[in-house]
Amino acid sequence: MEHNGSYSGHNGSYSSHNGHVSLVGHGDNFESQTILESKDLDAWFGSHHVVKSVSLHFFSRTVSAIIGPSGCGKSTFLRCLNRMHEEIPGARAKGVVNFQGKNIYDMFSEPANVRRHIGMVFQKPNPFPAMSIFENVIIGLKLAGVKKGYVLNDIAEACLKQVGLWDEVKDKLSAPGLSLSGGQQQRLCIARALAMAPEVILMDEPTSALDPISTARIEELLVELKKTVSIVIVTHNMQQAARISDTTAFLLSGDLVEFGRTGEIFTNPRKSETERYITGRFG
Amino acid sequence: MSSSLSEKIFRTILGAFGVFIVLLMFSVAIFLTVGAWPVIRHGLSDFVQTQTWNPVNGQFGALAVLFGTLVSSSIAIAIAAPLGVGAAIFLKELAPARVASVFSFLIEMLAAVPSVIFGLWGFFVLAPAIRDHVAPIFYPLGEYVPIFRGPSYGVGILTAGVVLALMILPTMAAIVREIFSAVPQHQREAALGLGSTRWEAVRVAVLAPSKPGILSAAVLATARALGETMAVTMVIGNRNAVSLSLFDPGQSMASLIANEYAEASDSRHIAALMAVGLLLLVISLVVNAVARIIAKRSAAKWK
Ligand SMILES: Nc1ncnc2c1ncn2[C@@H]1O[C@H](COP(=O)(O)OP(=O)(O)OP(=O)(O)O)[C@@H](O)[C@H]1O
Ligand SMILES: [Mg+2]
Repeated sequence: MEHNGSYSGHNGSYSSHNGHVSLVGHGDNFESQTILESKDLDAWFGSHHVVKSVSLHFFSRTVSAIIGPSGCGKSTFLRCLNRMHEEIPGARAKGVVNFQGKNIYDMFSEPANVRRHIGMVFQKPNPFPAMSIFENVIIGLKLAGVKKGYVLNDIAEACLKQVGLWDEVKDKLSAPGLSLSGGQQQRLCIARALAMAPEVILMDEPTSALDPISTARIEELLVELKKTVSIVIVTHNMQQAARISDTTAFLLSGDLVEFGRTGEIFTNPRKSETERYITGRFG
Repeated sequence: MSSSLSEKIFRTILGAFGVFIVLLMFSVAIFLTVGAWPVIRHGLSDFVQTQTWNPVNGQFGALAVLFGTLVSSSIAIAIAAPLGVGAAIFLKELAPARVASVFSFLIEMLAAVPSVIFGLWGFFVLAPAIRDHVAPIFYPLGEYVPIFRGPSYGVGILTAGVVLALMILPTMAAIVREIFSAVPQHQREAALGLGSTRWEAVRVAVLAPSKPGILSAAVLATARALGETMAVTMVIGNRNAVSLSLFDPGQSMASLIANEYAEASDSRHIAALMAVGLLLLVISLVVNAVARIIAKRSAAKWK
């Protein structure tokens, strides 16, 4: 079992008993089940060592933020969490990522199956251009073998409602996904991910290509979504991390510098690098 | 020399080239039209509906060669399109970079093989193989399905189609690979992120949006097949008749002209060959134009 002090760059601000990890913070005690955790995770592009022995916990039904300066390995780390990293030629990862207690990097684990449980939303909205709004939402289910029309219809409607897009698109479900605005497209992509009923959704700067109003809508949505799904979000926007996340991890040149409750990290960081970064003095 | 003056000179030279090319095209078309005038005056629709082509009796109809060209080109694209798309998927989506570069090189080399070499191979290797090993398999079927009726002499429409397929395969593969290269990586990752397998991701994220582009590539490759002359002349069998069997010898527009232009002495024969040439030119131009229109309309708007 993990115990205090075994996480790199971290000095015992959380502890773990019987699979429950509690973050010790101010005020109400944060306690939740770990759904996803990396242990000594390393990642490379060719010989370029980009993620260095990162061990991190992500808790059920929380929003977890990953912050750090550009190029520090946030995206790479995130993409290791559902085995997307290895899809890039020359990219390699080593270490353990436990999802619900099972290592997704063990030899019996299927990347496609992993990604059904750990979905992904990308920086740029990327609906499939040859597909309608409706088809975009249900394509994952279709590939997974769901054929019944009423099931697909129900799930599409539920997911579009969940992301607050239903009223805007219910009369034009057969219009191309690309006919929507950027913010709508990103919500469509979130609905597409939700349709697979994943336990975790990884989001890589999902609002960085959007205007402030669309960004605000997506932030509200994420806070709403965490009731049913755990979210790991990479963001460059400190206010965003502070507003919506429960835990925050700070990466610097591939190392985990600090991890803790978001309130802690932003008001009372332990490491001087963290403080310098969140106060905007570098990165 | 001031930059504006040199630019002016440059533009004038380019403009002159442009005008020259247009004039050249026109002069070819006019040359053919004038040469074919006796036939055109008689009525082109009669010409293209007449099967008999008999210079000895002075009977000239283009139906057989139109048929030969269209069927051999159709066979070619029916083979080359799936192979070309398959090769492009393999090269761009599945193969490791090193394997892909070796394969691309081989395919590019295929494009560099001279037409007459394809003709030799077709005549001495493919034709006997079809005659001795492929056609006999279909003979029993041929009693019911006329397109498989034997016997095969080796050379024929099918042989020409297969040789043409090999000749247009590099074009097909290269264009389709370019189309796939234009698909952004985030599209593939979007599909993979939904739990699709590699192959499903190719289908959903790469093939689906590339369909119009693939169609245009196929039309363009067909245009190449329509006019291909040397290899076809060597393996098509050179018989001016419409026959439904793929194993029968036939004749294409290009091979007819190549076979007869030197011996044609009487003016009606020459005019008939010119008319076939004009038809071939018009068909090729139209097919090329169609390919370009499809390509333009469908150019995926990746952002
Ligand atoms: N496809 C790739 N091939 C090779 N090296 C890469 C690739 N993608 C990223 N890298 C390198 O890996 C390192 C980490 O990149 P990564 O994208 O994970 O950083 P990031 O923290 O997400 O940055 P940003 O905030 O700019 O998105 C960088 O040095 C980058 O140059
Ligand atoms: Mg990034």
